[in-house]
Amino acid sequence: MLSGQAAKVAGLCTGGILMLTSFIASIMSGPTDIPPAALLTSLSDYDPTQVAHIVLRTERLPRAVIAALVGASLAIAGALMQTLTRNPLASPGILGINAGAMFFVVVAVSLLPLHTPASYVWAALLGALVAAGLVVVLSRGRQGELPPLRVLLAGVAVTAMFVSFSQGLLILDQQSFESVLYWLAGSVAGRELSLVAPLLPLFGFALLLCGLLVRHANALMLGDDMVAGLGMRAGTIKLLLGLVVILLAGSSVALAGMIGFVGLIVPHMARGLFGVDHRWLVPACALMGASLLLLADIASRVLMPPQEIPVGVMTALIGTPFFIYLARRQQAQ
Amino acid sequence: MMTSSSVLKQQHNLTSDRFWAITGLLALLLVVNMGISLSLGSFPTPFANVLHALVSPQKSDITFIIWELRLPRIVLAVLVGAALAIAGAILQGIVRNPLASPDVIGITSGASLAAVVFLSLLSTYLGSQWLPLAALSGAFCAALLVFFLAWKGGVSPSRMVLVGIGLSAAMGAATTLLIVISDDAAAMVAYVWLTGSLYATQWQDVAGMLPWLLVAVPLCLGYARQLDTMALGDLVAQGLGINLLRSRLVLMACSVALAGAAVAFAGGLSFVGLMAPHIAAKLVGRHFVRLVPASGLIGALIVLNADLLGRVAFLPSDLPAGIFVSGIGAPFFVYLLYRTRRRRY
Repeated sequence: MLSGQAAKVAGLCTGGILMLTSFIASIMSGPTDIPPAALLTSLSDYDPTQVAHIVLRTERLPRAVIAALVGASLAIAGALMQTLTRNPLASPGILGINAGAMFFVVVAVSLLPLHTPASYVWAALLGALVAAGLVVVLSRGRQGELPPLRVLLAGVAVTAMFVSFSQGLLILDQQSFESVLYWLAGSVAGRELSLVAPLLPLFGFALLLCGLLVRHANALMLGDDMVAGLGMRAGTIKLLLGLVVILLAGSSVALAGMIGFVGLIVPHMARGLFGVDHRWLVPACALMGASLLLLADIASRVLMPPQEIPVGVMTALIGTPFFIYLARRQQAQ
Repeated sequence: MMTSSSVLKQQHNLTSDRFWAITGLLALLLVVNMGISLSLGSFPTPFANVLHALVSPQKSDITFIIWELRLPRIVLAVLVGAALAIAGAILQGIVRNPLASPDVIGITSGASLAAVVFLSLLSTYLGSQWLPLAALSGAFCAALLVFFLAWKGGVSPSRMVLVGIGLSAAMGAATTLLIVISDDAAAMVAYVWLTGSLYATQWQDVAGMLPWLLVAVPLCLGYARQLDTMALGDLVAQGLGINLLRSRLVLMACSVALAGAAVAFAGGLSFVGLMAPHIAAKLVGRHFVRLVPASGLIGALIVLNADLLGRVAFLPSDLPAGIFVSGIGAPFFVYLLYRTRRRRY
């Protein structure tokens, strides 16, 4: 772990450099070769007759931006969920929030004429809210505690429920099946930058709220009484942090589908390096989550050319060994 | 005045009577249900004709429909439902958690992954008769992997659940990957298979499914008493002279064989293994000698009716039974969680 202010600042700077490097690597890798000079010129003076410029502006750049945004959001959402539930295995994927958002989007796509992430983001947010509410209601104990194994089982149950409902709907409506299949698997490819813009206020609001609440999140880890010391009620803080989680996870699902395990792994890595203080943890999660998803997305492009592996599959394959490691350690305590 | 032991005995007889009455009723219900199922379909057949075709088969359309199309499908639905339900009951006993089921612990997803690998990569080289074998080996590999990864000088039930959840996620991801990279038609076939369907069942499927039940169910019943003792806790069970590891291994093997075979022949029907044992426990109590047969009957009823609905409710399309099973099963699971939410596990 990094001790001392200076080491942590240096750590965050390294994280920033890592993210920038992954971002540029993500833009550079793919079937079309891009000369490095085109990187800047495509932004400064865009020439729609040059292939490199078109590929950069319409394909690579949106993809990298979405990967970074979604990776950072999911990682922060995961960190907050682990704090809220006091459960190291909590994350938006495991606890059914992604699945809830997905199901509501599938319903929206097959019943309403919606075809862009911006139009079904509200369905995704509603789904995330319903799923989170369901998991909490189902697993809450008498004193409002959340028994770890029970929360996970509730999450798995809610996931199974929403996934099987979506399967049923998609079999009944095969046309939507083909249009959402790739999105279901979790992917950051093939989206335009203009789709991201309408969602930015949501991400911005969630991050702002999260920034305002970092001290309260720290207090929450020590116990509900400590939050009262900061002049707010623990219940209110939990609700607000829950709102942040739902906004971040729901918008991420609307943008990129089901991408699991980023929210699980990254907070643990960040905690290992920066400790449990949310003032460091949240920015560290953002940088490391963005880097992880950018790198996973690069891997998904280069491992099986010309096929692309959905990045959600990549993260699940990377994340599972980590989950099992955590599960084994969990019992030792 | 009655002695306490005679009171106990009387109580036992009472519950035993109740058990036989309920089991008999369930069996009767199942038979009637199978009869109704036989007479319904895209070509409705009066019950008298069904009976006639059953008793004296002739070379006619009705005989063909009854004997070759509907009966194998109905019999397989019953077998698959019973197998999944018993697998679930046993697993819940081993894990000592009423929320465990073959789906949660990774058995179903292992079988599904193997089946999708087969459907998308191997089916051009090998005939579809190898699909059940692929799915079964997938189920066993997944269970072994869960057991191995949860091993830490012994296997604790909750660690098994956690590891199972993790592995299911990975295998689900691999399944998705295969579906995405195969072409649209193959993807839809795999997707329907994943949901669980009894479409186009033949007698050879029934013949493939039956041996698993014939071996595993008596074995489960033989170990049922040990399972009751294990419910009291590891220490008590060990004190009473039970070889925990061996019992768990045998029972796990039975559970995996039943669930794996069911998935192999009918696809990923989820929630049956969770629902049926709970309903059964409400009716006949938690003694496994009684719970196993009652769960089996209820599971059979569930799958039979789900398949019937899929066959006749949306004519002319024949929908996968899995849609209806999870349509009822998932809300039921949520209700179950809600009812038990104050317990600590």
